[in-house]
Amino acid sequence: MAHVVLVGNLAQVTGGVAEFELSATSVKQLYQQLTELHPAIGPHLETGVAVAIDGQIFQDTLLEPIGPDSEVFLLPQIAGGD
Amino acid sequence: MAKHHVETTVNGDEVEFLCETEETLLDVLRDTLHLTGSKEGCASGDCGACSVMLDGRLVCSCLVLGCEVGGRRVETIEGMATGEKLHPLQQRFLEHAALQCGICTPGFLVASKALLERTPDPSEHEIRYWLAGNLCRCTGYDKIVSAVMDAAATMRKG
Amino acid sequence: MAETMTNGPSQTYVGTRTIRPDGVDKVTGRARFGADFNLPGQLIGRVLRSPHPHARIVSIDTSKAEALPGVKAVITRDDFADQSSEFIPAGEMMMNYKDVVRNVMAREKALYEGHAVAAVAATSVAIARRALKLIDVKYEVLPHVIDVVEAMRPDAPLLHDDLFTAGVEPKPEQPSNIAKRVEIVLGDIEAGFRKADVIVEREFKTAPVHQGYIEPHAALASVSEDGATELWCSTQGHFIVRAHCARLLGLDIGKVRVTATEIGGGFGGKTVVYLEPLAIALSRKAKRPVKMVMSREEVFKASGPTSGATVRVKMGATKDGKFVAGFAELKYQAGAFQGSPVQPGVMCAYAPYDIENVKVIGYDVVSNRPKVAAYRAPGAPISEFAVESVVDEIAKKLDIDPIDLRMQNAAREGTKAAYGPKLGPIGMEETLNAIKKTEHWNAPLRKWQGRGVASGFWFNIGGETSASLTVNEDGTVSLMAGTPDIGGLRASLAMVAADELGVPYDKVRPIIGDTGSLGFNFLTGGSRSAFSGSMAIVEAAKQIKTELCARACKLWDLKPDQVEFAGGQVKALGAAAEKFKPMSIADFAKVAGKTGGPIGGYGRINAQGAGPSLGTHLVDLEVDPETGRVTILKYTVAQDAGRAIHPSYVEGQFQGGAVQGIGWALNEEYIYGADGKLQNAGFLDYRMPVASDVPMIDAIIVEVANPKHPYGVRGVGETPIVPPLGAIANAMEAATGIRFTELPMSPPKVLKALKERGATKV
Repeated sequence: MAHVVLVGNLAQVTGGVAEFELSATSVKQLYQQLTELHPAIGPHLETGVAVAIDGQIFQDTLLEPIGPDSEVFLLPQIAGGD
Repeated sequence: MAKHHVETTVNGDEVEFLCETEETLLDVLRDTLHLTGSKEGCASGDCGACSVMLDGRLVCSCLVLGCEVGGRRVETIEGMATGEKLHPLQQRFLEHAALQCGICTPGFLVASKALLERTPDPSEHEIRYWLAGNLCRCTGYDKIVSAVMDAAATMRKG
Repeated sequence: MAETMTNGPSQTYVGTRTIRPDGVDKVTGRARFGADFNLPGQLIGRVLRSPHPHARIVSIDTSKAEALPGVKAVITRDDFADQSSEFIPAGEMMMNYKDVVRNVMAREKALYEGHAVAAVAATSVAIARRALKLIDVKYEVLPHVIDVVEAMRPDAPLLHDDLFTAGVEPKPEQPSNIAKRVEIVLGDIEAGFRKADVIVEREFKTAPVHQGYIEPHAALASVSEDGATELWCSTQGHFIVRAHCARLLGLDIGKVRVTATEIGGGFGGKTVVYLEPLAIALSRKAKRPVKMVMSREEVFKASGPTSGATVRVKMGATKDGKFVAGFAELKYQAGAFQGSPVQPGVMCAYAPYDIENVKVIGYDVVSNRPKVAAYRAPGAPISEFAVESVVDEIAKKLDIDPIDLRMQNAAREGTKAAYGPKLGPIGMEETLNAIKKTEHWNAPLRKWQGRGVASGFWFNIGGETSASLTVNEDGTVSLMAGTPDIGGLRASLAMVAADELGVPYDKVRPIIGDTGSLGFNFLTGGSRSAFSGSMAIVEAAKQIKTELCARACKLWDLKPDQVEFAGGQVKALGAAAEKFKPMSIADFAKVAGKTGGPIGGYGRINAQGAGPSLGTHLVDLEVDPETGRVTILKYTVAQDAGRAIHPSYVEGQFQGGAVQGIGWALNEEYIYGADGKLQNAGFLDYRMPVASDVPMIDAIIVEVANPKHPYGVRGVGETPIVPPLGAIANAMEAATGIRFTELPMSPPKVLKALKERGATKV
C-alpha cells in the first residue's frame, strides 16, 4: 500500500483527513481511489495538483507508476517567472 | 500642418524625409527610415536604449526632434560594423556574453563607443558612470563593463 | 544499436563558453523585437485606460470616436464574451479566465488606475490619440484600497462582491478582499517552540516591484476574413498566448498562429496577455493588421508587478543552534484579481532548512492595483527575506557564525521539505562552503560598512516541451525550439545537440519556431527552458541516432548489434569494422533520399525531475550616515547549477538576478498617492540599479548534478533573486546595528532610522 499525504489546503475537502494508505499503482488510479473516498476532491485533482512520488515531483501526470511502498504527496503546482 | 522636409546624413548616407513636428528622431529612424536597431524603452531619456550619435555627441534619440537633425550627422548601431568586420566592442560583447535579451545592447554599444572615442583607457569607475544612462535589467552590468574594458585594450593596441 | 550512452554523452561543447548563434544580430541592431515588426496596411492601436483606481463603469459611448475619419475600429467590454469561472495553469499559478477577460478589458468596474476600458485602431498615432479623447466613459467613482493590511479589514472597500475566501471552513458568508488562505504544516509547531531556548519574532513589509524589462509589451495582429489569425508578440510563451487569445476571442486554436519575436526581457512579466487579445479583436473588426505597443507608463500602470507583502516570522532554536520551530504568516497583494504568488512563498519560506516543525500560513489579497504577474522565483524572495533576516538574528543571539548556523541546519539529500516530499541531492551546504572559502568572507571592513549573508531556494520546473532536429542535405543541422529565448537558450540547446550528434557547434542552427511549427510548449519560466529543452533535444538526437544506425544496417547488411553511433559517426563493429568505412551524419545526408527520405528527430516530452537550485549570497555595503545612501561595495554569489551548459550565461543569470535583488532591497517600489494613483510610473522615479550603483558581481558556479537530467542540469534563472534581500538587510544590521524590516531600504528610510537611534553623530 502506498502512503499518500495531502499537503496544504487539499485536506479541507476531505474533512481534515490528510493521510491515506492506498493500493493505487499509478497516479490515475490514485486519483480514482481518492475521488471515490472523497468526491469533493475530484475537481481539485483535475487542475492544480502536483504529485511527488518518492521525492520526485511531477507537475502534471496521470500515468506515472506508484510502487507498493511509495510515499506520495499531493501538493500545489509550482511554476515560475524566469 | 505641413510636414517638415529634412535632409540629413545617417551612417554616412544622405537621406531625406518628411516628419511631423512632434515626431522624435527615434520615431523617424524606426518608422520612416526603418532603422529599428535603436529601441524605445521609455521615451523619456531614462533608459538609453535609443542612444545615437548626433554630430559626434551621444544623445537619446527619443529626446531629439526629427526636424532638428537637418544638415547634421546621425550615427546609429546599424553603422557600427564595417563591412563584414564587427567593431571591437561588438566582438567583445559577444565573447564576454555581455548581453542576455539584447534589447539594451545597441544603446550600450553606441554609448560605449562614444566613451572610448574620448577616453581610450577608462577605469571601471569611469565606464560605470558613463554608462549610468543606459539601463540593463538582465546582466547586472558585470559582463558589459568587462567587455568594454577588454575592447578598450584591443583598440589601444590598434 | 549498441548502447553508447552508458558513460554519459561526450561533452565537447557543453560546459564551454561558445558565441551565441543569435549574437551577431543582437550587436548589430538586426534582431527583431516586438515593436520592430510591421505589416503593409497596418493600423495603430491605442488603449483608453481608467484614470480612477476603483470605479463602476456606467456607460461607454464610442460613437464620436468611431465617426472620426481614420478610425477603423473601436472595442470595449462588449467585444469580449464573458467567461465562466475556470482555473487554468498560467506560468506561475492558477489563473481564472473570468478574471483574465476582465483584466484585458474592464467590464463592470475599473479596478485600478490604468485598467483598460476601450481601445481604438486608426491610420495614425495622432488619430488614435484623438479618438481616445472622443470616447465618453461615465464612471461612478468608488472608494479604493491600496494597502494589503487595509484591504483585509472587514470594512475595506470591496473589489469583488462574489469573492469569498477559499481555504477556510466553514465557507465565509460575507465576501471580502481575501481571496484565499493557504497553509502548510510539518510536525507540531507548538511542541517545537517549547523546545526552543531562543525565539525571535519579527514583522516585515516589502513593496511591490516591477520586473522592469526594458522592452515594453508589443503585439502585431492580422486577422483575415476567414478568421485565420496571425500574431507577432513579445512573450515568454507563444503557445500560452495562443491558448489565451483563442479562448478569449472564441477562436479555434488551430486557426491562430503566434510567432514569438525576440524578447527584450520578461522575468515572468511576459507570461500573461495584455495587448494581444486587443490587437486581434481590433484587427478582426477592422480587417487590417493592427500594431500595439505600450508606453513605459502603461507598462508600470497596467502590467506586472509582483506583490508587496506583510510577513510575520517566528523562529525557535536550541542554544546550540538547532532550528526547532519555524512559523510564518504571509499576506501578499494580488492586485485587482486573485492570484498572488503566496503559495510558492509559503512553500519556499523554510525550504533551505531542515526543521522538524514548520507552519506557514498565507493570504492572497486583492486591492486596487494592477494584477500581479510572475517575477523571478515568484513569492520566494519575500518570504525568504523575512526568514533569512530572522536566521541572522538567531545567529547573533547565540553568537554563532551565520554561515555555520546555516550549515548546521541546511537541507540536504533526504531532508523532509516542509512542503511534503523528501529532497534529492541539493547544493545548500556546497554553496555555503563555497562562500566561506572566498577571500571576500574574510576581507577587512571599516566603520559604517557591513557584511551580510543569506541563502535562497527555488523549486524549478519542467513541463511540456517539443523540439526538433533536422539534418539538412549538406549534413548541417536545423534545431527548432518552442520556448522564447531570453538569455542564451538557443546557444545552450545548440551545444547539447552538437554534443549529442557529434557535429561542430557552428553546424547547428537553432531557431524558435512559431506555434504552427511544433507541438505544444509550456512557456519560458520557472527556470525550465534550458532544463526541459535540452531533454527534448536529447530525445530528438536519440531518434536520429537510432534511425542512422538502422539505415547503416540496411546499407551494410548488418544486424543492429553490429553497429554503433559514436563520435558523430555510425561504425560497424567487430569483424565488419574493417569492411565498412564509418559514415558521418554528412555522409548519411548525401544519401538520405536513397535510404528512406529526410532525417530528423522530434522530441515531445513532459519534462519531469527538475531539481531545486540553492544559492548563497555574500554582500559588503557602506552606509552614508549623512544621506542614508547605501553603496554596495562587494558582492559574491554561489549557486548550484547542477551542470552549467554555458557557464557565461549561468553567471549572467546569477549576476542579473543579484542586481535585481539589490534594486528590490534598496530602491525600487510602487509609490501611491492618497488618490490611489501611481506616482512613479517611469524609470526616473522608479529607480532600478544602473551601472554606477553596483560593483562587479563575483559568480561561483557550484555543480551538484541533478540525477534526473541527462547532463545533470538544474534551472538557474530564478534562485539568484531570492537571497539578495536578506543578505543586504543582514549587512545593513552589521553596518548600523539597526534591523531593517521594511523594503526598500531607501535613503529616506535609512536616514530616518539612523536619526531615530541618534546615531548620526557617532
